[in-house]
Amino acid sequence: MKDIICIVCPNSCHLQVDETTMKVIGQQCPRGEAYGRQELTNPQRTLTTSVRTSFSDHPLVSVRTNGEIPKTAIAQVMGELQKVIVTQRLPRGSVIVENVAMTGVDVITTTSLDR
Amino acid sequence: MERYDTVIIGGGPAGLAAASRASADQQSVLLIEREAKLGGILKQCIHDGFGLMRFKEKLSGPEYAEREVERVLRTNTTIKTLSFVTKIEKGDDSFIISLVNRQGIETIAARKLILATGCRERTAKQVSIHGTNPSGVLTAGSAQYYMNILGQMPTKRCVILGSGDIGLIMARRITLEGGQVLGVYEIKNQPSGLTRNLIQCLDDFNIPLYLSTTVTRVYGHERLEGVEVAQVDDRFRVIPGTEKRLACDALILSVGLIPENEMAELLQVPLNPATKGPYVDQAFETLVPGVFSCGNALHVSDVADMVSETGEIAAATPPSDHGPRHLVPIKINEALAYVVPSHIDVNKPLDHVIVYFRSRDCQTKQKLTVLIDETIIMTRKYKQVRPPEMERLKLDLSKAGIKDSIEIRLEADA
Repeated sequence: MKDIICIVCPNSCHLQVDETTMKVIGQQCPRGEAYGRQELTNPQRTLTTSVRTSFSDHPLVSVRTNGEIPKTAIAQVMGELQKVIVTQRLPRGSVIVENVAMTGVDVITTTSLDR
Repeated sequence: MERYDTVIIGGGPAGLAAASRASADQQSVLLIEREAKLGGILKQCIHDGFGLMRFKEKLSGPEYAEREVERVLRTNTTIKTLSFVTKIEKGDDSFIISLVNRQGIETIAARKLILATGCRERTAKQVSIHGTNPSGVLTAGSAQYYMNILGQMPTKRCVILGSGDIGLIMARRITLEGGQVLGVYEIKNQPSGLTRNLIQCLDDFNIPLYLSTTVTRVYGHERLEGVEVAQVDDRFRVIPGTEKRLACDALILSVGLIPENEMAELLQVPLNPATKGPYVDQAFETLVPGVFSCGNALHVSDVADMVSETGEIAAATPPSDHGPRHLVPIKINEALAYVVPSHIDVNKPLDHVIVYFRSRDCQTKQKLTVLIDETIIMTRKYKQVRPPEMERLKLDLSKAGIKDSIEIRLEADA
């Protein structure tokens, strides 16, 4: 039995997951149940960070993954993003890296550079 | 002199939500912001978790802020940025606001004032860390500004004091950008931040959390070279012999947020020592008529969605509403650290009263009771309450017939 605290919503339910049966107890919603199982098999996270731009008045633009990626891929994603320089005044939500580190997830900007 | 129905001071999430709500009532609204861009602190909060309640999406701070800014831009709100309020005086039928900006000095009249001035971070000077005065001692919010706005790495190897959310978020941020976080040190015997941050920021990156431990000294002349940490007892006194010296180039402080209420104090608005924000009724009107408070200036929240809600509540009362008020204080028991609002105005709408509260200690299996004139009108059970996780209640007090007293009690559920 593994003790896990669910991070999907502020309730922070204390879950217990049976590693053999994958049965989850302690959740108060289906998202929590799914989280419990996922956390044991292939933990996923969203990644938020920032990326360089070529604009002196706005040297960084904040970005995030447009979905969850495996926790194990985080270091590689950070490595790929280190090489990116945004050179266009993009609106927020623009894709700057597609399928980052082969996760199937894109990286999008979260601050507008065009306003 | 420009005249407005409602003037809002502060263009962060609270002020933005207040502006959208106030202008929906066909009022003339002015929003004053001291920075160049609206959005407040959310501009540098590039992590996600914002908007879960308000938009049913998991957004980063800048995304949340931009959406709220766009809402305001679609209204007739007048916006003055890079404008700093220097003085407010109460006139006969309006407030006279002096502000300074690039155009010079302006004087503005307002029928209603909403203070959405946010909060500031507690600094090293306020937590008695002894030693020299080297660079490298900075608050978590400053470190966040350096990293996320200026693109500068403030540390290669640091110690974080305080397990509040900002400290936890920065522990992860610094680690992701290649810095080493030796540990998060918390003087209390319980962590201060949201549970999900303890997991996503510390556990995920194997950053140790040391409870009942604090920083007692700093070392270094030009630049920080190290800190001394020591364990403390249950009265927060240093336990001799537990001191340890750690080499580092930065001490990041996440030791508390203090509501910014200089303007409120200038207007002689009474402040509640439990929240460090004004005493308010359910419409978030302070004890000075016509002055309303919302956001982190009212009380420090954990979640921006709730901050936006307080802005909407503060903006809902029309500027023409001039009382009379019948204020009944909400009595609370020791188990509650505070409730907001602190008072109920029986003459204002009572059907949709939002109450926020924090427990004083971590407790399990609790029961919250609301009593009107000593009659129980509502109870609610909680599996767990923690001071760092603020709770929210929605109450309908319209049929309660409040005469003398309102009480909210938190106690063990038998």
